[in-house]
Amino acid sequence: MPRPGLKTGIWAAIAALFLLSVGFLGWQYAVRGTDQSLTSGLKLGTDFTLVDHNGAPITQAAFAGRPTMVFFGFTRCPEVCPTTLYEMAGWFEALGEQGRDLQAFFISVDPERDTPEIMKSYAEALTDRVTGITGDPDEIAKVIAAWHVYAAKIPTDDGDYTMDHTASVFLMDENGNFKGTIAYGENPDTAIAKLRRLVGAT
Amino acid sequence: MKGIQQKAKPMKRIAILLSAAILGMSSAMVSAHDYKLGSLEIEHPFARATPPNAPVSGGYLTIRNSGDAADRLVSGEADFAERVEIHEMAMDGDVMKMRQLADGLEIPAGGEVVLKPGGYHIMFIGIDSQFKDGETRNVKLTFEKAGSIDVDFKVQDMKAMQGHMKKDGHGKMDHGKMEHGKKKQDD
Repeated sequence: MPRPGLKTGIWAAIAALFLLSVGFLGWQYAVRGTDQSLTSGLKLGTDFTLVDHNGAPITQAAFAGRPTMVFFGFTRCPEVCPTTLYEMAGWFEALGEQGRDLQAFFISVDPERDTPEIMKSYAEALTDRVTGITGDPDEIAKVIAAWHVYAAKIPTDDGDYTMDHTASVFLMDENGNFKGTIAYGENPDTAIAKLRRLVGAT
Repeated sequence: MKGIQQKAKPMKRIAILLSAAILGMSSAMVSAHDYKLGSLEIEHPFARATPPNAPVSGGYLTIRNSGDAADRLVSGEADFAERVEIHEMAMDGDVMKMRQLADGLEIPAGGEVVLKPGGYHIMFIGIDSQFKDGETRNVKLTFEKAGSIDVDFKVQDMKAMQGHMKKDGHGKMDHGKMEHGKKKQDD
């Protein structure tokens, strides 16, 4: 006849095993769920009406129908923004004909200071493949939120300000599905491999 | 040379890039310029070429202190800019953060501080004209103890800049270095 203590122990072990399995399955489900939403379903962005760097109206529809890179930045950015635009120019060059359909947008997180003219001369100095987008600050704020981008005004001593912002390049396929990011300073080979996958060249 | 490279076939491009790299290296050696101020040594000040109408540019240099007391880069002044400020940039995850160093930048005794893309830099704000590759821009730098010195920053385009970034570990930026600025973000 087993002692009551031992019986309790066995039941406890069974219960623990059960909880572990449930936990594991749940975890697996969660992981697969996340993975699916990241690779095949997640749509970023929202409807907006802004202005492209030629002064023409532009909406979310501009991102559809072609593989697209989207980058957030501002023209008073001495470092990350010109470097990223410069690197984008290099990626386009490396992709050559494979990148024919690929398009790229540079959305200002500082629309109060970035006029379409400033955006145009800034972008075009580095590449003719990237279109600047700016416009109504409220619309920009909406877009920033819908892309889950971090952007914050940081005051400087002299009453001026600078901007902190997400520096990654977002990748979307021709159906507007989020396909990943290229980090700031990412190895060019990795970046180009990601873009080749995006345009379906591999 | 830019025009030649754009027109060149991929086969040729490698050769052109190689010779450009060699040329670039040798011109960097010729153009490396140093300054001395008391126990401070200032090495190769350079600035980023800008797109037209860009209101800012960044300046970079190495400051070495052979003295036995720490000094501090406290301010800068230039005819071509409304303001010259000392900033720190860092990546916090995927977010780029930039902070003005209001108290300046310490140059430790017997040590050196490298201002480089992706880290500490001098911000030229409200520049009066485009920074073009090959130009030089004169800046007066002021240190707490050593005093002031006029320094020529050599303007370099992105191609040359990339060389610096690679050499200095572009992309390997310090994380968690800018905790002091975090409180300000909540507004």
